Amino acid sequence: MGGVDHLGFIIAAYAVTVVVLGALIGWIVLEGRSLRRQLARLERRGYGSRRKSGDAG
Amino acid sequence: MANVTASQSTLQSLANPTRFVAIADRVLPWLLGLTLVLFAIGLPLAFFMAPADYQQGQTVRIMFVHVPAAWIAMFTYVVMAAAALGSLVWKHPLADVSARAAAPIGAAFTLICLVTGSLWGRPMWGAWWVWDARLTSMLVLFIMYLGLIALWHTIEDPIRAGRIAAILILVGIINIPIIKFSVDWWYTLHQAASVFRFDGPTIHTSMLIPLLVMAVAFMGLFGVLHLMAMKNEILRRRIRAIGMRAAYEGRRGVA
Repeated sequence: MGGVDHLGFIIAAYAVTVVVLGALIGWIVLEGRSLRRQLARLERRGYGSRRKSGDAG
Repeated sequence: MANVTASQSTLQSLANPTRFVAIADRVLPWLLGLTLVLFAIGLPLAFFMAPADYQQGQTVRIMFVHVPAAWIAMFTYVVMAAAALGSLVWKHPLADVSARAAAPIGAAFTLICLVTGSLWGRPMWGAWWVWDARLTSMLVLFIMYLGLIALWHTIEDPIRAGRIAAILILVGIINIPIIKFSVDWWYTLHQAASVFRFDGPTIHTSMLIPLLVMAVAFMGLFGVLHLMAMKNEILRRRIRAIGMRAAYEGRRGVA
C-alpha cells in the first residue's frame, strides 16, 4: 500500500468498524454478566427459577 | 415427509429456552474460533493481497468492510422477519427472543455500512452524502432498527411488545428488495451490484475472494453476537418472571 491515496479515509473506515463492533461486543458481554449477577442475587434470596442458573449460561 | 417431521421436531426441541442455551453454549466457542480464523485470513487478503482498483486506487479497500456490513445489515432484517413470522404464525417461544436480540446487531452493522459508505463516497464522489435511492433506503433501514429497539423498550410486557414489533417488522421487509434493487430501478450515484447478479459477478477474483472471506467472517460474527444476545434476552425474561412471581407471592403473603 505504498503511496496510499486517501489513507485517512481508509483508516477512518476501519477504525469506525472496530469501534462500533467493539462497543456492540462490549455491551452484549457486560449485559450478560449483569443479568447473570441479577439472577444469582434473586436465587440467593430464595426466588430461584425452577431451572438451575447455569442453564441460562 | 420424514424430513418435515424431523425439522419440526428439531424446532420443537429448540423451543425450550434451557435446551437452546445449552446448545448455544456448545456451539459458541466453535463459531467464535471459526470467525476469528476467517478474520485472520480475510484482513491480510483485504489489505495486502487484493490489488488497488484501476479507478479508485487504494480507496477500494473500504469495500472489504462496507459491503459485508451492508449484506449483514440486510440479512439481519431478513432473520428478524423470519422470526416475526415464527412469532405470529407458529407462536415459537424463541422467535420473539431472536428478533429482539437481532435488532441492535442489525443497527450496528447498518451504522457501519452508512459511515464507511460516507467515508468512501467523499473521496470518490466528492460528497459525504447524497439522497439517492440506495443511501436513502439504507438510512430508512437504520431508522427502522432504532424504532423497533425503542418499541421493545417502551412496552413493558414482552409478549405484547413482541406482537406489535412482529407486525412492524413484516411491514418493513418491503424495504429489503427496495435496497437491493434501488440501483437498478432508479438512477443512483451508488454503483450497481457487482457480486449478486443474475449474470454472475463482474468483480475480479483477486478482489472477490477477499470480499467473500470477509463477508463469511462478518456472518460468523453476526452468529456469535446473535446467540450471545439471545442468551441475554432469555436471562432477562427469566429474571422478569421470577420478579413477578416474587411480587405475587409477596402480595399473597400480605393479604
